[in-house]
Amino acid sequence: MKRYLRNPVAVLGAALVLAVLGMGLAAPLLFPGDPLGLAGRPLQWPGANPRFPLGTDPSGRDIMAQIFHGARISLLIGFVATLVATAIGIAIGALAGFYGGWVDTVLMRLTEAFQTLPNFLLLLVLVAVFGSHINTVTVAIGLVSWPPVARLTRAEFLTLRTREFVQAARVQGLSDLHLMLREVLPNALPPVIVYASVVMAVAILLESALAFLQLSDPNVPSWGNLIGLGRNVLRVEWYVSAIPGVAILLTILGVSLVGQGLNDALNPRIGK
Amino acid sequence: MRVFSLAARRLAASLPTLLLILVGMFLLLQLAPGDTVDALLAQMGGGDAGVARDLRVFYGLDLSLPAQLGNYLWRLVRLDLGFSAIYGKPVATVILERLPATLSLMGASLSLAFCAGMGLGVIAARHVNRWPDTLISTLGLIFYATPSFWFGLMAIVLFSVQLQWLPAGGFGDVAMGYTGWRRALDIAWHLVLPTLTLGLIFLAIYLRIMRASMLEVLSLDFVRTARAKGLREGRIVTRHVLRNALLPMVTLIGLQAGTMLGGAVVVESVFALPGLGRLAYESVVQRDLNTLLGIVFVSALLVIAVNFAVDLLYARLDPRIGA
Repeated sequence: MKRYLRNPVAVLGAALVLAVLGMGLAAPLLFPGDPLGLAGRPLQWPGANPRFPLGTDPSGRDIMAQIFHGARISLLIGFVATLVATAIGIAIGALAGFYGGWVDTVLMRLTEAFQTLPNFLLLLVLVAVFGSHINTVTVAIGLVSWPPVARLTRAEFLTLRTREFVQAARVQGLSDLHLMLREVLPNALPPVIVYASVVMAVAILLESALAFLQLSDPNVPSWGNLIGLGRNVLRVEWYVSAIPGVAILLTILGVSLVGQGLNDALNPRIGK
Repeated sequence: MRVFSLAARRLAASLPTLLLILVGMFLLLQLAPGDTVDALLAQMGGGDAGVARDLRVFYGLDLSLPAQLGNYLWRLVRLDLGFSAIYGKPVATVILERLPATLSLMGASLSLAFCAGMGLGVIAARHVNRWPDTLISTLGLIFYATPSFWFGLMAIVLFSVQLQWLPAGGFGDVAMGYTGWRRALDIAWHLVLPTLTLGLIFLAIYLRIMRASMLEVLSLDFVRTARAKGLREGRIVTRHVLRNALLPMVTLIGLQAGTMLGGAVVVESVFALPGLGRLAYESVVQRDLNTLLGIVFVSALLVIAVNFAVDLLYARLDPRIGA
């Protein structure tokens, strides 16, 4: 923790993430109405009307309110999708790395299959099949993001399972489940947690790309949705697309900087 | 030759993976609401139950699921991807028409990302912790965080609308009726912005890996030996360090091939390029499942082919692998 705070870049990242989190939490207080409801005359430039500091979109909705509520959606999707992806990844990686042999072969073939398939394409297929409700989209993003987590966990388990403390626990007659969850996993977890920040950044980007193509849930105020809507008026009212894009950029930047800071803090080899 | 057989063995090992993908996709698409006949009937403006039944028999959709799957795989072996009800053409034809745009976009973006990423990574590593390094690393972080579709839109606003330097989209100007070199040049001109857009995030990744890899190799003993021999710094970097530092970069090409294809979906729809990605998007919107399945098959083949090429390149760079 101390090492993390000594790193100015990591602190900047944490500040960005906290700011987005604050926006998401404050959204219902500052903008209690429906962010997707009609607010005023459409396409007012930012600053033209003091009621709408960031202007209004082509349907006359307040962009500022959509940005604040969008922070909520982006973080929620990023967080839940990351949770799904890391859970699947850890489970598969742990089983493959711990048991080896045919279990490893089968599970790694599966992982390879998922990695061979372009993940955005698989996401499109999943959305086409299961619909684009926000819950479905979130789970689908998690489902396409787990392979790198599985590979990482497997590699950690492979090196850790032959260590002495694991063998000591094994001769004590502890069950495989105990060995995996209580002995190996806690030691394998730090790099996986660091990698989770990458998964989260990618998850947020995937959702915004999906929403940009108007294939995500149209009933939630997503940043990507707004960029997609702004595309129709891009030539003159380009601010409609520009503003939510900056929000996405800063969020991803924050998440990656936090990940990098965690990596530097947890990795004892660097920092000297 | 030994290198080739090694790569060929890797290629053979990817066949089960391909089969797994195809069977999984086929079963997944069975869960989709509606089938080809529904889509077809919707296009025709509806039809009675008798017509629907006849069509299902015609397309083999009345068979049991395992029989359909068997039929599908057998057709794939003969490279028959089925018929697209929406486009009214065989899926293979539709995909082949769209392949050139995607391949040129991906090739150009990859070259840009690889070369620029390598160059910037080398500069950053040689000035580690000084201002060129800080500047390049910061740029890398920002590029990495930029959503490609948003960058594309902003590039259109700046370069096409405001400055009017570059075209906003399309795969060459069809109306001008160019042929030969003139046409190739025209297409290249249209691909400048899409290439930048797709390549940017990969540039950021390559740059970061190259910098880390250079720093690692620079700290190895043989570099110290080379310095002790009195070699010039430039020669050490180009002859000794670069070749070793390039290995992780080459690995990355194989790992990123799929991601890049996914990114092409978004970039092609921003710039209205008639490519494979845009086709995937269209077939999701129009529920053209046959085409979607075909695209999945071709993309998987493409990723496997890229990895095959990477294996060969890898062995070329590192003679220890072939031995």
